Amino acid sequence: MELLRQQFFNIDVMVQAWPLILRGLGMTALLCLAVIPLGLLGGLAVAVASLSRSRLLRWTAKGFIDLFRALPPLVVLILLYSGLPFAGLRLTPFAAVCLAFLLNSSCFYGEIYRAGIESVGRGQWEAARSTGLSAAQTFTSVILPQAVRNVVPDLVSNTVEVVKLTSIASVVSFTEMLYAADMARSVTFNTSPIVLAAAIYLVILWPAVRLMSRFEHRVAA
Amino acid sequence: MQLSVAQGAGAVRVSPILQVRGLTKRFGPLEVLKGIDFAVAPQELVFVIGPSGSGKSTLLRCCNRLEDADSGSILLDGVELMDPKCDLNAMRRRIGMVFQSFNLYPHLTVLGNVTLAMRKVLGKSRREADEIGLAALDRVGLADKAAAYPAALSGGQQQRVAIARALCLNPKVMLFDEPTSALDPELVGSVLAVMRDLREAGMTMVVVSHEMRFAREAADRIVFMEAGCIVEEGPPEQIFSAPANARTRAFVAEIAR
Ligand SMILES: Nc1ncnc2c1ncn2[C@@H]1O[C@H](COP(=O)(O)OP(=O)(O)O)[C@@H](O)[C@H]1O
Ligand SMILES: [Mg+2]
Repeated sequence: MELLRQQFFNIDVMVQAWPLILRGLGMTALLCLAVIPLGLLGGLAVAVASLSRSRLLRWTAKGFIDLFRALPPLVVLILLYSGLPFAGLRLTPFAAVCLAFLLNSSCFYGEIYRAGIESVGRGQWEAARSTGLSAAQTFTSVILPQAVRNVVPDLVSNTVEVVKLTSIASVVSFTEMLYAADMARSVTFNTSPIVLAAAIYLVILWPAVRLMSRFEHRVAA
Repeated sequence: MQLSVAQGAGAVRVSPILQVRGLTKRFGPLEVLKGIDFAVAPQELVFVIGPSGSGKSTLLRCCNRLEDADSGSILLDGVELMDPKCDLNAMRRRIGMVFQSFNLYPHLTVLGNVTLAMRKVLGKSRREADEIGLAALDRVGLADKAAAYPAALSGGQQQRVAIARALCLNPKVMLFDEPTSALDPELVGSVLAVMRDLREAGMTMVVVSHEMRFAREAADRIVFMEAGCIVEEGPPEQIFSAPANARTRAFVAEIAR
């Protein structure tokens, strides 16, 4: 029992690792601030393309979505980080992670937006166009606000996935929280820093998860 | 082209504000409009009747190009809407459209609904748009609902907001596609009352509707459509009491029951 406490819940080790993990948390937050907006915007572009009138755009979007939904994000990241230098393009870990997330989460956000846009009745589009709004104005003022509102639970849930997924940045030595915790672990030969990182993820994401299950219950009701 | 309009005592000859010529439209193999010729004079109220599926909605929707006709001509105040170079957004706000299903924007307040196009299309300031919007809502008797959301309104109120939304843009003609068909019977009257007011105020209107009492009392002209053709048109007394065409007669007898 004491061994368990020593190895997993060692307060001294946690205190020792705290500054490092805190810095890692800062980097994770920074990463989220970059990749979530990137994914939200990229997803919007993907959704618009996949609903476009142009067949070329539609098929490009479809191919893109299929490809990056099938490829594991870790594989994409390693390919970008270690593969691209052979093509003469060396990315910083941060840039590689951002690009990998843009490619990966744009597909998922894109599919969510698309479902949202399709859930808005055709009559909305027609009413707006009949008052002289352009296609772009109709989309931004009438369709998109309703579309987003209809898929907020899915957007939240996907964002939780994205936040969790930022931990893969550790494989390219980006010092986000998991990387920092693992560094502390390897220095102290103690698992407590990882437990601390896990606890921080839990505290940050738990409200969002609660919110999600509230949404689910409301849909079920 | 000139056409005569019965107005008050004497018939006046004026050029039409909306003129449709040789309009055809097909959905795949289905020929929905088979060469429609149709004109509406300023301040005229034209009623379009006909069996379900005869192409009434499609005709209205072609008139503001929500639906693209295959061939023919649509002149609004002398401007050809079928011209590929026509500025459709500019023309569409000159044509008010009222839908069977209201189509209010659920995420905007009533005032937001009626002012959106004024702000986005006409570039009016929020204050100016609100002022005009409130005046339009007042016209349909709903100024007190300006801050409400559409979901909080009855169907009749929603349809009146939809009318106000179109009115704000000062349209030259208003198209109504079964404006009361989705309403509970006790709410129909309030919408018809607004349409009657519009007519008194001189609005040019094309109305697809089954409200035959309203047609009799308010319409200048009835157009009977069947299977993509205009079969007969004339003043209400003629169409309802002495239709020349056998199919008109059958239809009128059917709806009178
Ligand atoms: N978007 C569409 N695609 C295919 N067929 C359509 C479409 N819109 C209307 N139609 C068909 O065109 C015919 C005329 O429809 P419509 O103009 O709505 O008639 P009405 O309003 O007189 O009832 C109907 O047979 C209808 O099924
Ligand atoms: Mg119809």
